[in-house]
Amino acid sequence: MASEYHSSGEYIKHHLQNLTYGQHADGTWGIASGAEEAAAMGFWAINVDSMLFSIGLGVLFLFLFRMAAKKATTGVPAGLQNFVEWVIEFIDSTVRGSFSHRNAMVAPLALTVFMWVFLMNMMDLIPVDWLPYAASMAGVPYLKVVPSTDPNVTFGMSLSIFFLVLYYSVKMKGAGGFFSELAFQPFPKFLFPVNLLLEGVGLIAKPISLALRLFGNMYAGEMIFILIALMYGGGWILAAFGGVLQWAWAVFHILIITLQAFIFMTLTIVYLDMAHAEHH
Amino acid sequence: MNFNATLIGQSITFIFFVWFCMKFVWPPIMNALETRKKQIADGLAAGDRGKHELELAAKKAAENLRDAKTQAGEVIAQADKRAVQIIEEAKIAAKEEGERQLAAAQANIAQETNRARESLRDQVAALAVAGAEKILRREVNAQTHAELLGQLKAEL
Repeated sequence: MASEYHSSGEYIKHHLQNLTYGQHADGTWGIASGAEEAAAMGFWAINVDSMLFSIGLGVLFLFLFRMAAKKATTGVPAGLQNFVEWVIEFIDSTVRGSFSHRNAMVAPLALTVFMWVFLMNMMDLIPVDWLPYAASMAGVPYLKVVPSTDPNVTFGMSLSIFFLVLYYSVKMKGAGGFFSELAFQPFPKFLFPVNLLLEGVGLIAKPISLALRLFGNMYAGEMIFILIALMYGGGWILAAFGGVLQWAWAVFHILIITLQAFIFMTLTIVYLDMAHAEHH
Repeated sequence: MNFNATLIGQSITFIFFVWFCMKFVWPPIMNALETRKKQIADGLAAGDRGKHELELAAKKAAENLRDAKTQAGEVIAQADKRAVQIIEEAKIAAKEEGERQLAAAQANIAQETNRARESLRDQVAALAVAGAEKILRREVNAQTHAELLGQLKAEL
């Protein structure tokens, strides 16, 4: 399908462009036609594809789990309930292992993070051209189907988690306790500007590293899928080789998407555990 | 990589999803899991208890059997003893009765002998008187010689 584009560069660019809705330079509202135009729209624009896919996947997750929850029996579980219970027991044991305080919110939060991130990552396994091509048939110019390759999505989650960390840090240790944790260690008190700088950077690094790790992994994975897809335009031999490569990378990617979802969840739990801990 | 309002939209969506999960998904499933865990634990405990009770019942049954055997033995021994006793008693009673009857018979015989002797003595006296009368006829007065006759009777 790369033949529809003037160059491979254009093909790649097109695949990496979100469907952005915002205000054009001339004051009208609409879909941005290209990366420059999307950037020019500033902050008050929205990536319609990211929002739609992430909300759709989140709703799918909640719908499935809610269905299992409503029908949850204490008898022998079957089918969906079995799967849901398996996931929940896995999350529960992970939370019990890493989170040593009492907070009814952490386990459901971890479950949501894991399942949502996993489902968003899983969109990466759909061949890169299917959905964008179908969309272009329907008149939609851009479509990026993997929401976790959009930094807005990963930062939206990691910043929410960061605010939870701040909230629980202040709630558990008090504002003074939280400040002293940042200012009076690891060096003696008179060096508190150094401490504050070090700990402050460490604190800020949490949400940024959390979001960038997921984004980077998924973006790179998506990029490789796109590069492999480029081979389909290079003759039969290259296309066949590309097919093998795509299959191999998809198999490997199953590991990556699960691992990234698990890492995101585990770090969320660990950060919240640190926020609850009385001593550093 | 340009940031826009998607960031806010994602945050809101995320918070809503977490809230929904915390409210409607996690508790019912956890409840079901906990309840099932409890049920299984209870079932296992009940199984253990049943096994224990079975052992106790078997022990008790064996004990009862042993008791019953002992009791039966005692009853048999007692019955044997009683039988021997009854036989002994019957022997003694029979012996006593025999002796009593023997004594009575001997007494009877003695009585009869006496009576026969008395009547013989009377008859002999009467015969002697009759003989003497016949011999003496007139001379002999029954009244005068009654004393003599009595003496004779006593000597017989």
